[in-house]
Amino acid sequence: MKKDINKSAEIKLLISRIVVYAILIFLSFLCLFFFYLMFVNSTRSNAQLQGGFTLIPRENFFKNFYNAWHDGDINIPVGMKNSFLVAILSAILTTYFSALTAYGTYVYNFKLKKIVHLFILAIMMIPSQVSAVGFIQLAFKYHLTNKLWLLVVPSIAAPAVYFYMRQYLEATLPLEMVEAARIDGSNEFRIFNEIVLPIMKPAIAVQMIFSFVGSWNNYFMPSLLLNKPEVKTVPVMIATLRSADYSKFDMGKVYMLMLMAILPVMIIYIILSKSIIKGVTSGSVKG
Amino acid sequence: MEKSKNLSKKRSISYAKWGYIFIIPFFVVYVIFTLYPQLLTIYNSFFEYYRDGLNIIGPNFVGLRNYKNLFTVNNAGYIPMIRYTLNTAILWVIGAVPQFVVAMLLALFFTSTRLNIKGQQFFKTVIYMPNLIMASAFAMLFFALFSQVGPINQMLIAMGAIDKAINFLGLKLTVRSLIGLMNFLMWFGNTTILLMAGIQGIDEALFESARLDGSSSTQVFFNITMPLLMPIFIYVFITSMIGGIQMFDVPQVLTNGKGTPDNSSTTLIMYLNNFLGVSKNYGMAGAVSVLLFIITAILSSIVFKSINSGDR
Repeated sequence: MKKDINKSAEIKLLISRIVVYAILIFLSFLCLFFFYLMFVNSTRSNAQLQGGFTLIPRENFFKNFYNAWHDGDINIPVGMKNSFLVAILSAILTTYFSALTAYGTYVYNFKLKKIVHLFILAIMMIPSQVSAVGFIQLAFKYHLTNKLWLLVVPSIAAPAVYFYMRQYLEATLPLEMVEAARIDGSNEFRIFNEIVLPIMKPAIAVQMIFSFVGSWNNYFMPSLLLNKPEVKTVPVMIATLRSADYSKFDMGKVYMLMLMAILPVMIIYIILSKSIIKGVTSGSVKG
Repeated sequence: MEKSKNLSKKRSISYAKWGYIFIIPFFVVYVIFTLYPQLLTIYNSFFEYYRDGLNIIGPNFVGLRNYKNLFTVNNAGYIPMIRYTLNTAILWVIGAVPQFVVAMLLALFFTSTRLNIKGQQFFKTVIYMPNLIMASAFAMLFFALFSQVGPINQMLIAMGAIDKAINFLGLKLTVRSLIGLMNFLMWFGNTTILLMAGIQGIDEALFESARLDGSSSTQVFFNITMPLLMPIFIYVFITSMIGGIQMFDVPQVLTNGKGTPDNSSTTLIMYLNNFLGVSKNYGMAGAVSVLLFIITAILSSIVFKSINSGDR
């Protein structure tokens, strides 16, 4: 009797396991399917693409790559260079200055300390689009459109990154360490740069990745600020693909351009997926 | 915390200035590149200020007229602010409902000791991946795949499921569904990981004792998991809503900024974006921004409340 109950429980467990794995495999398939199609289509010529649907890659990958790289209208090498510059500089500035600000409000005691901290938390949720109108107006007024640094510098003030750094400091930095360094005669900037920053390396790495990906993918502001071909970033170029006369395109090249647009982030993700996924939780949920 | 207070008694006089020095860059940049533009945005919203051909009209003070315009029936026969808010809400719901249902289920699967799912790292890596894809490229990809001569139509015809190509990008239902599908794919992995972390934060002993009491898994879910997960669930839910209000890249690129068909997929930010294009209508754009700000502020205050109640 007891054996029967165990057996039926076992069968029940087996069935629920099968169902769960089926759901997981289906969802994984859904996540990969469209990107796989993109990859397959980037290996086919325009004629092959018109010919019909297939899941088997063809031989035109390098031809499409050559055509996309040397396209007359969409200068993807320049776009990738621009995007890379903006993304890497934003990532460095946002992590360094957020860490500096977090250190400032954590280690030092000054009158406005608490107010400053609460203020930064309060502005964290304001969507960046709310400042866009004034930002665009000023950019046009002072002739700063098409200047890439205008996309980089604002990243110095990033409330969400500050919040993350502050929490990390609270959890990892013993104040005695700062004290000891002071007794050794280090000045405050050197203490931060040479002792605190190394301790914060893991937090800086995670936030650099997210910041890099965020600005690499950013479309809203760049699309409003950049209209000269030589300063356009990748997302702005990809969007112009959509607005151009579609029927004239070599579709193999279009798929290849999309592949190029997402490939750098994909490579980063494949290498660092473990720490990125860990970073998702540590960054956003308190506790 | 106690320690830092002791330190401050001895040291605050000599070191306080460094606190100010270290936060200066943040605040200088914040004031110039965020706060000042924000105030300018609010200021603009009370002015008639736009470009008409080569002429710049304004700025003329018009009080609340821009706000009134947003809530007045336009030439096309609808109230823009209401229509676009509804569009944004509908598009968000289409993606968010399956997103939260699926993410909740996956989070329960992954944390279940009874099921003991293998290959979790692999599954998590795959389902989180779309979150990092450039949204504009993702939308362009969907446009290419679902166009009338695209692979999806070719596939459906080859399978015999349809005999004529479906105009996915010309029908209200399919355009909205595609946007919902993209948002679902981009966000369900992220939500799963967040909810999972929330469930793992619940004391294991509670589940253990419930199991010993003979509670069923549904009972455990409704009586233990869900109530204790609530603060994090609300946090994730409202942040998703705030993200939904900012929906832009996907519908913008998929519909080439037109919100086709018939503005049924134009979101609030797309509407804002239209004012910032050629017409440079800073007055109307300012009014839209202020309303966006108010909606977000209300939602954010709910987040803060939920976080604080979670701390207790």
